Amino acid sequence: MTPEQLSQIGADEAAARASAPQRLYVCMAAGCISSSSDAVKKSLEAAVAERGLKGTCPVTGVGCMGLCSRGPLVSAEPAGILYQDVSPGDAGEIVQSLSGEPVARLQCSRDLPFFKRQVGVVLENSGRIDPERLEDYVAAQGYEGLVQALTEMSPAEVIEQVSRSGLRGRGGAGYPTGLKWSTVAKAQAATKYVVCNADEGDPGAFMDRSVLESDPQRVLEGMIIAGYAVGASRGYIYVRAEYPLAITRLNVAIRQAKHHGLLGTQIANTEFAFDIELRLGAGAFVCGEETALIASIEGGRGTPRPRPPYPAQAGLYGAPTLINNVETFANIPAIIRKGGDWYAAMGTARSKGTKVFALTGKINCTGLIEVPMGMSLREIIFEVGGGVPEGRKFKAVQTGGPSGGCIPEQFLDMPVDYDSLAQAGSIMGSGGMIVMDDSSCMVDVAKYFMEFCMSESCGKCIPCRAGTAQMYDLLAKISEGRAGMGDLEMLENLCDMVKNTSLCGLGQSAPNPVLSTLRYFRDEYLAHIQEKRCPAGVCAIKQEANA
Amino acid sequence: MNPAAPDVKTLRIDGVDVSARADQTVLEAAREKGLSIPTLCHLDGLSDVGACRLCLVEVKGTSKLMPACVTRVEEGMEVTTQSDRLLKYRRMILELLFAERNHVCSVCVANGHCDLQWLGQAHGLTHVQFPYRYPKLSVDASHMRFAVDHNRCILCTRCVRVCDEVEGAHTWDVMGRGIESSVITDLQQPWGESDTCTSCGKCVQVCPTGALFEKGRARSVVKDRDFLPYLAMMREGKR
Repeated sequence: MTPEQLSQIGADEAAARASAPQRLYVCMAAGCISSSSDAVKKSLEAAVAERGLKGTCPVTGVGCMGLCSRGPLVSAEPAGILYQDVSPGDAGEIVQSLSGEPVARLQCSRDLPFFKRQVGVVLENSGRIDPERLEDYVAAQGYEGLVQALTEMSPAEVIEQVSRSGLRGRGGAGYPTGLKWSTVAKAQAATKYVVCNADEGDPGAFMDRSVLESDPQRVLEGMIIAGYAVGASRGYIYVRAEYPLAITRLNVAIRQAKHHGLLGTQIANTEFAFDIELRLGAGAFVCGEETALIASIEGGRGTPRPRPPYPAQAGLYGAPTLINNVETFANIPAIIRKGGDWYAAMGTARSKGTKVFALTGKINCTGLIEVPMGMSLREIIFEVGGGVPEGRKFKAVQTGGPSGGCIPEQFLDMPVDYDSLAQAGSIMGSGGMIVMDDSSCMVDVAKYFMEFCMSESCGKCIPCRAGTAQMYDLLAKISEGRAGMGDLEMLENLCDMVKNTSLCGLGQSAPNPVLSTLRYFRDEYLAHIQEKRCPAGVCAIKQEANA
Repeated sequence: MNPAAPDVKTLRIDGVDVSARADQTVLEAAREKGLSIPTLCHLDGLSDVGACRLCLVEVKGTSKLMPACVTRVEEGMEVTTQSDRLLKYRRMILELLFAERNHVCSVCVANGHCDLQWLGQAHGLTHVQFPYRYPKLSVDASHMRFAVDHNRCILCTRCVRVCDEVEGAHTWDVMGRGIESSVITDLQQPWGESDTCTSCGKCVQVCPTGALFEKGRARSVVKDRDFLPYLAMMREGKR
């Protein structure tokens, strides 16, 4: 494909849109599909056909519109009227209203802070394009960044823009992306690889899934640009098998990109060749750890190995390997298109750009959001997220999944960036945010995450394998009111030891949920131990303990 | 500097000046100098996996503890192998192992010849602070000559590595996750029915505990590990 052909696709698509004055978008991401948005789409199509509007009002399945708790979501374009909780029976009314007033009883205001406060970079096309059509992506400036990189920039210039953007790894650790790219680019090797880590596994996290379901071409474009920048000709997307819809859409996207000459040989009519293959995870959380992920792609047992050597030096099949997370790659096309400085203008001094979060738990607007780095937790939870449901009081927000921690009320005004979250005893993580109100028991929360780490430990190193099991038993003992102060001391000793001696990030961060709840909610632990009572009324205190 | 001279690094381990080839690990350099660092998953002649975490050492300039078995020596490195913190962690690791499965030395075939027992004694382990887990585990005695007692296994994977790397049979592997992990023969078939096992017995010799043992020798099973460095050396052509 030449740059001219690419702009032709965009122009054709724009013309097709102009010929259809109205369009209906139905969210076809996993969240809305689970509340039967596919049935809504069918009945909308029938209603459109019935009124003879088939040519002028196409019904399109699009990606995630964000406000998952109000799904199924439908939007009427170009007016941008959003409908919530749509059922198949509402189809006739919605189609009827296209020529008149919107259906008031279904309408969801676009003026909600949920929409107003968001900034779309990674999610700029999410809910606006058909994820299964490359043409839609191209019409939204897709692949412009790639063509620009291949035809006008040297690999070093691409890396320079990524470095300037200040982008840090969105998988959680926040390693500077430009630095990682230049390390791989400088490695001397005949073969190099680019790997996309799509093994999202934190409880309550669905950022990467939504990006893959809503805008898969974007991730491919980011990977191809990365391949060009570091000198790799082969890429792998390691996606968990629990994401069937994301896998389907990725396969469609790869096929279409190959068909249009954007993957394979002579990409955009240049000498550059790059291919992408999918690898499906078999359900192991630890395979999100980069060395375990590599072992899994190679066909081995998914267990981590000590670093160094880092994958940038010796990764997949021993070759220098660039591993980035889905959201990191999804940021790249916009950075190349608009320049690193544009991206660096958003965010805080040390955390640039935007971050996608999955808001879940006791919050009014459950869903997917993208906000600039540095927005305070209070703004995210109480403005964008609409606060906790009435009658309850905010207690804590859990970030970073099983590797993160619980942040209490006194830190609500803290800006959300890598460093502040780490200071508060949690981590940015991949973007899961679980809001908890006063009906949650923090000992129970810590126990839940420890159970997760215990069952997801690979079993290779002793501190993680046996330590998490011992810590889980201790937490169970505390939650049942069977523990003494000695058990708490033992738990704290184990936390320290497992954190400092485990082989990989899973074990090293497994104590974090316990440590952060002990730091801010120690009184709850003491109530369970000394008073044999669960202040939130969640834990079942054993009767004999009371006697 | 003479380019033909091998790249040699000098470093300091526990205050002792040590020189080592650039491709050596901290563990190798320390042991050459007669300094002891405890290990369990490491065995001369096998690849290193850094799994037992007993050989963790402190390196000046980094807050992270480094596994000596896979950490390469560096010029000017200052290594501490014995500190209160390291000794505390090592004891806890050993206690976690003792509590994990059913390690009852008095009735074990490896009593008196067990790496875990020796390490426990060397670290002054008089009791285990963690509750014993007492898992119900099986013994597979289906092999004609050998048996595996999962109650004594510490999942060091020496058997897996020796079978794969030295014997080339890859009969052993690991299945399951976390605390439920277990070594298996073939695709979890009884050892006696294994198609790949050559009955060479290398796994039995490298096993640090009484998990793998030769049948009919219930007492005083002294394991012979000298064959391994010898084999590795012969294969590398270093006579």
